[in-house]
Amino acid sequence: MREITYAQAVREALTEGMTHDPNIILIGEDIGLYGGVFKVTEGLLAKFGPERVRETPISEAGFVGAAVGMAMTGKRPVVELMFMDFLWVASDQVFNQAAKMRYMSGGRVKVPMVIRSQQGGGRGNGAQHSQSFETIFTHIPGMKVVLPATPYDAKGLLKTALREDNPVIFIEHKLLYNTRGHVPEEDYAIPFGVADIKREGSDVTLVSLSRTVLFALEAAEEASRDGVSVEVIDLRTTVPLDLEAILKSVRKTGRLVIAHEAHRRLGIGAEIAALVQEQAFDYLDAPIARVGAMDVPIPASKTLEDVVLPGKSHILDAIRAIVS
Amino acid sequence: MPLTQDDLLRMYRMMLLIRRFEERATQYFMNGQIRGSFHPCIGQEATAVGGCFALRQDDYMTCTYRGHGQSLAKGLDAKEAMAELLGRRTGCSKGKGGSMHFTDPRIGLLGENAIVGAGAAIINGAALTARLDGTDQVGLTFFGDGATNQGVFFEALNLAAIWQLPVIFFCENNLYSEMTPIRDMVRTDSLADRAGAFGMATAVVDGYDPLAVYDTTLAAVERARAGGGPTFIEAMTYRLVGHMVGDSEPYRTKEEVAEWRARDPIVMFPRRLVAEFGVSEQQIGAIDAAVAAEIEEIARFAEQSPWPEPHEAAEDMWA
Repeated sequence: MREITYAQAVREALTEGMTHDPNIILIGEDIGLYGGVFKVTEGLLAKFGPERVRETPISEAGFVGAAVGMAMTGKRPVVELMFMDFLWVASDQVFNQAAKMRYMSGGRVKVPMVIRSQQGGGRGNGAQHSQSFETIFTHIPGMKVVLPATPYDAKGLLKTALREDNPVIFIEHKLLYNTRGHVPEEDYAIPFGVADIKREGSDVTLVSLSRTVLFALEAAEEASRDGVSVEVIDLRTTVPLDLEAILKSVRKTGRLVIAHEAHRRLGIGAEIAALVQEQAFDYLDAPIARVGAMDVPIPASKTLEDVVLPGKSHILDAIRAIVS
Repeated sequence: MPLTQDDLLRMYRMMLLIRRFEERATQYFMNGQIRGSFHPCIGQEATAVGGCFALRQDDYMTCTYRGHGQSLAKGLDAKEAMAELLGRRTGCSKGKGGSMHFTDPRIGLLGENAIVGAGAAIINGAALTARLDGTDQVGLTFFGDGATNQGVFFEALNLAAIWQLPVIFFCENNLYSEMTPIRDMVRTDSLADRAGAFGMATAVVDGYDPLAVYDTTLAAVERARAGGGPTFIEAMTYRLVGHMVGDSEPYRTKEEVAEWRARDPIVMFPRRLVAEFGVSEQQIGAIDAAVAAEIEEIARFAEQSPWPEPHEAAEDMWA
């Protein structure tokens, strides 16, 4: 079985997509010769040329807006934002334009564009380079929201994103780029809205996404030594949300923990907790537990960042609290 | 190719249709039949028509919430437009967009926009599509003087300049940035000068002269089609009514409005057609009558159109 990194998996999906669909155009800062700040697009300029791998000024509103116009006229732009935190300078083009164009036009236009970037902390990048924003993209109607946790999922989900006729926010994680995993060489795609059971279990349902899935799996392994069987569900997409997979698991286990790196306050965990109590209240044997980042900006110093961002121990604490 | 008499009459007809359309819409607004905000373009018909007549139907366009006239001049069906204002399912956006979001990709209209400056960024992408596809389509974005202070506007000018995109940035300088004089909000005398600093051609034109607007826009369009890059046009114009219906207008004098009203293009242009282009009073009268009848038909269609059904609120989300 071939193993490649998460960054390679993303690049492979882009390469295959661009090879098959001449309308796919990459656009972003330093993505050409330099290959992107995380080297995800390395080699693509040489392969596809400067018309399809378009370097931009440091001008997020300008080039995200251009991508909206390209998408409305038949292209499939794939925007790379260097850090997801930079989204905010282009936020009008994302939230007011891309996300609403189809609905505002009564369905007359479509906006098939992908915005990919990496988010999250753990590297000491500080408060403006470490945030997690899936909650916000999930809240505003009009975008599909994708957060792969593994190289296999990254490639398969990006292949789907490149065929999607609606705006897709494709959220990578900066500390996943060098992780390795099995990625088949043959063509495959993973549909949106299908959660993946990354580990089966019977006592506790643990829902997670992006890099936090790796901590969830570690926590589940450790819990198993205490005799607690944890089922780890990787959402993979928050829009659409595979609520059925969560409900099915909760009906089996009776206990639910949701863990994510985004701030705990109003995070996706809050939404899932609300949905589960609405639809599976009678199955719950304990309060639903949520794990998320502390509600402060992400600090730079390691000792502080380690406290603010959730990891294995926070998840284990939550599991133990609702099992005991 | 010089404009024929038939072209000139079509231009006048469109200007008059826009004026009457906006007047009827103002009545609807005052009656409470149009909800939300409505920003009439009364007084700015010559820029809409002069600019759009220099475009082909397959050229792309974005504009702002004061874009009813530009949308109609680009080819939007006036019945669909009025029905949209009244919130009917027969509207161009099935009642989901309203006054500030007329959109019709069949005529290259990529949307009015309720965010000042946003359409300038979007038109660049449409123009890039044309270039990548090897067509000679161009993109034109209409915006007001106020938009020239937005960050995204500067980003859009820069991107168009460095990529030499076939784009016309068409600024309608109506002297007021919403309810504030633009002269108080910009230190330079000329908005075109600011655009020139990005490395693109610029032009300033009398926005109350539809033929001058047409000629200036056509020159920019031809340059763009030939690969000569973007142009910024500053058209000096004036809205003869408030920023929106209900504007108390403390920022300008009645005398100033009267000065511009004396040059009202809807009045002056037909006189000029008679004086300089061999058009008869009868031809003008026939157009006036035809537009009056058309407006009644438009109004009847819009008023008699069905409302959207509640279930339609959930539709048109995903492609």
